[in-house]
Amino acid sequence: MNPPVKVALSNTRFAILALVVGAVLALGCQFIQNDYFFNAAYTVLLYAILSTAWNILGGYTGYVNFGTAAFFAIGVYSSIVLYKAFHLPLGLLIIAGTVVAGVAGIGLGYLTLRLRGHFFAIATLALAVMLFTFVTNWDYAGGARGAYVLVPREVPFGFPRYIRYLFTVMVGLTVLAIVVARIIERSRFGQGLAAIRDDELAAECAGVPTLRLKLIATAISGGMMGLAGTTFPFFISFVEPVGAFDLRYAVNAIAMPVIGGMTTWLGPLLGAILLGTVQQLVQVTISSAWNLLIVGVLLVGFVTLAPEGIMGWVLAWRARRSKRS
Amino acid sequence: MEITFPLVANAVIAGLLLGGFYAAVSVGVAISFGMLDVVNIAHPAFIILGAYIAYTLNAWLGIDPIVGALVVSPLFFLLGAGVYRIYHLAFESRGRGALPGLAFFFGILFITEVVLILIFGVDYRMVKTSYSELSLHAGSIDFAFRLIVPFIVSVAMVVALHLYLKHTFFGRAVLAVAQDPLALRLMGVNPVRVREVAFALSIATAGIAGAFLIVIQPVQPSIGREYIGLVFAVCVLGGLGSVYGTLVGALILGLAETFTATFFGPSWSPAVSFGLLLLALAFKPTGLFGR
Repeated sequence: MNPPVKVALSNTRFAILALVVGAVLALGCQFIQNDYFFNAAYTVLLYAILSTAWNILGGYTGYVNFGTAAFFAIGVYSSIVLYKAFHLPLGLLIIAGTVVAGVAGIGLGYLTLRLRGHFFAIATLALAVMLFTFVTNWDYAGGARGAYVLVPREVPFGFPRYIRYLFTVMVGLTVLAIVVARIIERSRFGQGLAAIRDDELAAECAGVPTLRLKLIATAISGGMMGLAGTTFPFFISFVEPVGAFDLRYAVNAIAMPVIGGMTTWLGPLLGAILLGTVQQLVQVTISSAWNLLIVGVLLVGFVTLAPEGIMGWVLAWRARRSKRS
Repeated sequence: MEITFPLVANAVIAGLLLGGFYAAVSVGVAISFGMLDVVNIAHPAFIILGAYIAYTLNAWLGIDPIVGALVVSPLFFLLGAGVYRIYHLAFESRGRGALPGLAFFFGILFITEVVLILIFGVDYRMVKTSYSELSLHAGSIDFAFRLIVPFIVSVAMVVALHLYLKHTFFGRAVLAVAQDPLALRLMGVNPVRVREVAFALSIATAGIAGAFLIVIQPVQPSIGREYIGLVFAVCVLGGLGSVYGTLVGALILGLAETFTATFFGPSWSPAVSFGLLLLALAFKPTGLFGR
């Protein structure tokens, strides 16, 4: 890893800065009149959390997770079920979904992380189909027909529309995800993950507790994907399994960090904002199939031709400039 | 539900026939993943592509889908060679390991699916052959021809592949490259070339398996995903890289699926292959016959 050139911000200062930026953004957007903007922005933020979460395992540790949709759907369905059963408030639903998805991550990791990396990847795909089959057959959660979630009539904190409230919550969750990712990146834990990515055998020999670190990373990454799903039922108000397990979440969660750059927290965020916005525009102007084609082609293109992503270009450009001066 | 003899016997027969087809679906991955260590998760996408090509040939010219697939299989061979070249240049030759390669194949899977959706739409397509409706009856047991014909051709294909790999010079070179590419290089054989041909061969089997698929059931672009778990479950159960092991694994999986469908309902059967895969990975990753 490159040593930081300037003195980097401490975690606390970064967190405060991120909160301030998030708050300004969330408040500033409230002046926008068009409600469609909030729908689009919610989706982009959703992708920002998913790709940040994927990157904790995929980018920092080098383990590819194809099951983003499964963890996301765990968050979605835990919210549906808990809301239906106990009418829990949104805050508790968010915590519950995150915990359930994190535990699922530990379980899957415990079964497969001791094997070579691609078995983990294949197992994550398997998890997605297993859970899909399970949910399809689970009548209480709506089964194959789907479940309606009634959005609460009174909107908390005096927001004029529920979607504006959800958008603001989502900004907060995105800030949380990014702060967590950056803390991990700069901690001893993150260095351990980087060691696993670069050479797992060597890391193991040097005394890095690889299995434990991988399990923790899988739990945090899976939990964060669940976190992204918890508010989704209230956004979409009708959830059916095909939509909740849509492969587009898995593809986007991989494509966005790959395009943005996988070694820093900024890469997935950049990728999510760029690719997410492009998709929102294409979806409106052309069609959603073309939309997915663009994502697929960009994913293959970047992974073969520019594996360092956009952040790789930026860092190379910076390094060249500092050498010249 | 009452468990009767005809019910069980039909499930066994249907399971074995289905298992033969699963062997054709998985044998390509036994080569690419098991022998070459190329984690081609896009394999099912090539199968669906094969199904649509067989469908198109049948709709245009009225050719039997399986005959059509055998005729176009050289094209799949070339396609496979091309994909392997890109993969080799972008990943293997730069020593980037298998994990970025996974993202590459995932992207290919996705692109193939979306392109098929853009061309054919999301409707189910099917093919009517002269034997689609026929079946043999032995007492209360049915043998449907739409299962028997793919079964026979795919078992023949698997046996032929096994003989080819075991008894020809090139086949042995493929087995050797799986064990020790450096030794192969010292013998004056180019391992990359051997791998390219072997991978191309695996994609050719995918094209043929696609024709079996559309004979057996209607096809839609995104059903390929269901087969990802299946092919890897079969390969892991059969022990990676063993062609006959793949056949055994496929028969086991076929039986497990039809029994689940018969006794618990078809909506549960997708979970079988993935469940078996997870169990195999967790407890016996070397396969049923592994040490």
